[in-house]
Amino acid sequence: MSRLKILALLPLAAALSGCDYVVLAPAGDIAAQQRDLVIISTVLMLLIVVPVMALTVLFAWRYRQSNTEARYEPEWDHSTALELVIWSAPLLIIVCLGALTWMGTHLLDPYRTLGRIHADRAVDQSKAPLEVDVVALDWKWLFIYPDYGIATVNELAAPVDRPINFRITASSVMNSFYIPALAGQIYAMPGMETKLHAVVNHAGSYKGFSANYSGAGFSGMHFNFRGLDDKGFDAWIAQAKSAGGALGRAEYLQLEKPSQNEPVRRWGAVDADLYRLILNMCVETGKMCQSEMMAIDAKGGNGHEGLNNTLPLTYDKYARRGAPLGPEPTFVAGTCTPDAPQGQTTASIKAPIDIAPLTGAGLKRPTFTPLKSSSFFLGLRPKSDS
Amino acid sequence: MSPDLLKLIFGRLGFESLPLHEPIVVGTFAVVALGGAALLGGLTYFRLWGYLWREWFTTVDHKRIGIMYMILGIVMLLRGFADALMMRGQQMLAFGGSEGYLNAHHYDQVFTAHGVIMIFFVAMPLVTGLMNYVVPLQIGARDVSFPFLNNFSFWMTVGGAVLVMASLFIGEFARTGWLAYPPLSNIGYSPDVGVDYYIWALQVAGVGTTLSGINLICTIVKLRCPGMTMMKMPVFTWTSLCTNVLIVASFPVLTVVLALLSLDRYVGTNFFTNDFGGSPMMYVNLIWIWGHPEVYILVLPAFGIFSEVTSTFSGKRLFGYTSMVYATVVITILSYLVWLHHFFTMGSGASVNSFFGITTMIISIPTGAKMFNWLFTMYRGRIRYELPMMWTIAFMLTFVIGGMTGVLLAVPPADFVLHNSLFLIAHFHNVIIGGVVFGAFAGISYWFPKAFGFKLDPFWGKMSFWFWVTGFYLAFMPLYVLGLMGVTRRLRVFDDPSLQIWFVIAAIGAFLVLLGILSMLMQFAVSFLRREQLKDVTGDPWDARTLEWATSSPPPDYNFAFTPVVHDNDAWWDMKRRGYQRPLTGFKPIHMPSSTGTGIILAGLATAMGFGLIWYIWWLAALSFAGLLVVGIGHTFNYHRDFDIPAEDVIRTEDARTKLLAGAK
Amino acid sequence: MTVAVNPSQTGEPVFYLADEHPHPEGWSTSLGFWIYLMSDCLIFAILFATFGVLGGNYAAGPAPKDLFDLNLVAVNTSMLLLSSITYGFAMLTMQQNKVAQTQVWLAITGLFGLAFIGIELTEFAHMIHEGATPQRSAFLSAFFTLVGTHGLHVSCGLIWLVTLMVQVGKFGLIEANRRRLMCLSMFWHFLDVVWIGVFTFVYLLGVLR
Repeated sequence: MSRLKILALLPLAAALSGCDYVVLAPAGDIAAQQRDLVIISTVLMLLIVVPVMALTVLFAWRYRQSNTEARYEPEWDHSTALELVIWSAPLLIIVCLGALTWMGTHLLDPYRTLGRIHADRAVDQSKAPLEVDVVALDWKWLFIYPDYGIATVNELAAPVDRPINFRITASSVMNSFYIPALAGQIYAMPGMETKLHAVVNHAGSYKGFSANYSGAGFSGMHFNFRGLDDKGFDAWIAQAKSAGGALGRAEYLQLEKPSQNEPVRRWGAVDADLYRLILNMCVETGKMCQSEMMAIDAKGGNGHEGLNNTLPLTYDKYARRGAPLGPEPTFVAGTCTPDAPQGQTTASIKAPIDIAPLTGAGLKRPTFTPLKSSSFFLGLRPKSDS
Repeated sequence: MSPDLLKLIFGRLGFESLPLHEPIVVGTFAVVALGGAALLGGLTYFRLWGYLWREWFTTVDHKRIGIMYMILGIVMLLRGFADALMMRGQQMLAFGGSEGYLNAHHYDQVFTAHGVIMIFFVAMPLVTGLMNYVVPLQIGARDVSFPFLNNFSFWMTVGGAVLVMASLFIGEFARTGWLAYPPLSNIGYSPDVGVDYYIWALQVAGVGTTLSGINLICTIVKLRCPGMTMMKMPVFTWTSLCTNVLIVASFPVLTVVLALLSLDRYVGTNFFTNDFGGSPMMYVNLIWIWGHPEVYILVLPAFGIFSEVTSTFSGKRLFGYTSMVYATVVITILSYLVWLHHFFTMGSGASVNSFFGITTMIISIPTGAKMFNWLFTMYRGRIRYELPMMWTIAFMLTFVIGGMTGVLLAVPPADFVLHNSLFLIAHFHNVIIGGVVFGAFAGISYWFPKAFGFKLDPFWGKMSFWFWVTGFYLAFMPLYVLGLMGVTRRLRVFDDPSLQIWFVIAAIGAFLVLLGILSMLMQFAVSFLRREQLKDVTGDPWDARTLEWATSSPPPDYNFAFTPVVHDNDAWWDMKRRGYQRPLTGFKPIHMPSSTGTGIILAGLATAMGFGLIWYIWWLAALSFAGLLVVGIGHTFNYHRDFDIPAEDVIRTEDARTKLLAGAK
Repeated sequence: MTVAVNPSQTGEPVFYLADEHPHPEGWSTSLGFWIYLMSDCLIFAILFATFGVLGGNYAAGPAPKDLFDLNLVAVNTSMLLLSSITYGFAMLTMQQNKVAQTQVWLAITGLFGLAFIGIELTEFAHMIHEGATPQRSAFLSAFFTLVGTHGLHVSCGLIWLVTLMVQVGKFGLIEANRRRLMCLSMFWHFLDVVWIGVFTFVYLLGVLR
């Protein structure tokens, strides 16, 4: 199998030398396996595509009008044997490809934790995977390292050969988180979390960007992904730590405002709850978290009281700004007890899989985090008339 | 005047809505305005308005409506292609710190408009036009089932196109990509008129498309001539039937999803918002439940055209008619089971992804069978390399590449690395240009002599062909390469200078395609001037096989003086072979639908309503809506919608043809 | 010179109809209207699907059990069902060519339809007054849109009904008007079927939810 792969790669490699064909020559094991699938599938299909193209040219030439030597059978229009071949040949290829697809899709499911870090190396169980929380903002990337308590904008680093677990969300619109050298992409969507598991095998600096158009600043929404050795990574963390500053809720609300071509920024400390608040769309104080909302909904809503828990929207990122025929935009206020502890970490996210078929089956929705609402400051806000 | 009053009258439309600060747009406007004024002036000078109104705008003749669809498609092709050239230019220039010549506000509109125009107002009109023109002739009918509705459908499509064109000069178009995913397309992130233009242009045109779909299904099911059983229908009619079934079964989904988006935008509901329980993912699902069948709506008729062309120019029966029909039907059904492959990267589980990946691959089986059927139609044939056949060969060689990359993208892990990349762009242009556009061109050059009575000039046709084909490969093969370098779509500026060369090659390709389009226009002009030399009086210039070639070119209003009776798949071939003699006497009056201006008036009102809603000019929207109701209901009070062509007229027309045919011998 | 050949006389194949009868007026209408109804059905299918996806997302607001008054909806449902029956009577009398009776039954149908719309509007007004607006939650957006689209269809049906009554009054039960009444009949019963879906999936299952 691997010899076949190498053989298939040879002409490609020869033709493509000199350019950075990162999709075909990635630095991470997941992307490498995806590359292999690309190549094997192509070779499989060439088995039928090449003969078809050759036959087209051959028949087009041989049966041209001026060639009176060739046989001409104007009434010949059926051959059961031939029909069998032309249906079964593509069928056989698709059977092979389908089997490959089924296996590859399951093995390379971005939600699946890594089973190996390289074709011939298993995961080193002594090292915990690196956790990175990714937030797509307008138009820059925020990376939070919960285990190290640091955060960066537009720069991502990871130690070589250590599995990375990404948890990905977005603040406003859809983006796609993609580092071609590392692994395939996955969407970043507001109020939802997607996951990606990957590992980088070679040290170096690679490009990462959004692969889903997200508005005016989209072209500048890229970052450097740095694969570092362990020492280098520690130094990088230390550098971020020494940058000082703390990314809390207030700073985040400033940061998430639209901006273009952002330079790299680092924070030495980060609010431990920030990512979950972003995910649940309740960084603003007084706003009900999605997790709480979903928990209330799961219990059958808030009844008639629920009609009075909206407040006028002053900060207009999320909602229905300016619908000409609608009422003034509002948001749902948090309703939890005001003495809810703030900033306390909760259990890891183990949400039941939401199987609603049309909402992307299998996609994990934010979990219910009890007493995590930020209604503490509710009293300070103007009350709604409604 | 007080601002409130101004707002009441003009909504949010004001002088600042005119893009006077965009020199490119102003320049375009000047050119379009001059050209438009010259056209209108010319029409007035030559007193053509009355003629146009009576013979074309109000016509219910499927042939004229078909021709008008084609003209619309070609005019909009010029606009859509101008957008393509601008994109290629921007991406070629914006390197090494250069911002190119388009700012984000403009560039983002350009790529959105390019996609919307090319799909809805180029490919759809071309395909619908060909079906409209050819299907009734192929099945031996005198018109479609609902001729008035046909006229109305056409003008609704024009109404949508008018709105898109208006957005160029009044306000702006959407900056969201051609499918306008929320939350980006929601009012919070796209507060201006762009997305509203998008919504109403598609809604107005979509109504027309749906009605035209219903109309053509009924035509094919109810109006076939005696003897033409389902399995004796020409393959183009079969693919048209399947396409129209797809239209009727998918466009309502588009209508609903756009309606929900407009409710979000206008009333502030929460279908696709982030807060209040809405789900943007539902939009993505719904729009692709329409969007994937749409791909087959476009390509199936092209497959039909290639079938007709291959068998005609190979001088041979189509190989495997039955399996061709079944392949078409299988594709029709499967096209509803694959929509999720457009967003494998949204986080569905591995089982869901592989299900949709495998269903997608399965579609390639009937498609592959079709490819082989064309191949074996050529096998042991006598292939004449007229222009339609050249397009067909180019299609066969090009489409397999596009099909292959398509199946590759259907493997979810492969899609994770290629999704939204320029590889994807190359893939779908590969199938849409290689399949639909080449097919439309094959169809145009094949049926042009039927529609106008003279052939297209072969020299300029071949120029156009070679420019198009080489231009296509130069423009899109580099994009495959760039995709493998991990370059994503819709980027406006680039950092990496090593990519530039590929964009330059692609731009050269686009320029060659431009030459191809110009050659094609030249071809029309030259053919018109040389129409006497290129004339065909037989009605059957290609020695073809299906019924449309049994009548004169151009066909009389009533298509066939006597309704034909069919005994074979290749009905006309069978008639020729068995010594059919054209009837010369016994003509009777022929019952035909009469023209009506209601269609164009209704569509005009619908367009005005759309314009009012886009700009929040509520009185205009309300008034136009009321007008729609009144005119629509008023139309139902007209019970006399058809007339008889007197027998003398039929005799005169047929005698003229008899003389022509005698002269030709 | 060729005359249309009758196969029984000569055994030659026939290639055209020498003596044809044009398709009767409205030959394709009932098929066309059926296909239109199916496309309309698809619109409702998508709205049902939307409601299925979003129907539980109350955004910490009220749920169906807090909002729906099943008694009112039952009365409403009976209005629509009765109107379908009376439309059936209109069709029966139409077949007996009794213009006046047909008009009466049509009028009764229209009154039931009007009652249906009236009750529905009352229900909507009550909910909006309470604060349960379409903007309050995705569930309410989906609810108002699904039920409202059905209501809009019934309203269009009413306009159509009045138009047809005028036309029947003016021109009598001519062939064209019979065909139109038949189309409206299909439309009306179709809306009835859709409403049974709404009543079951939105109201009954909603309250059970």
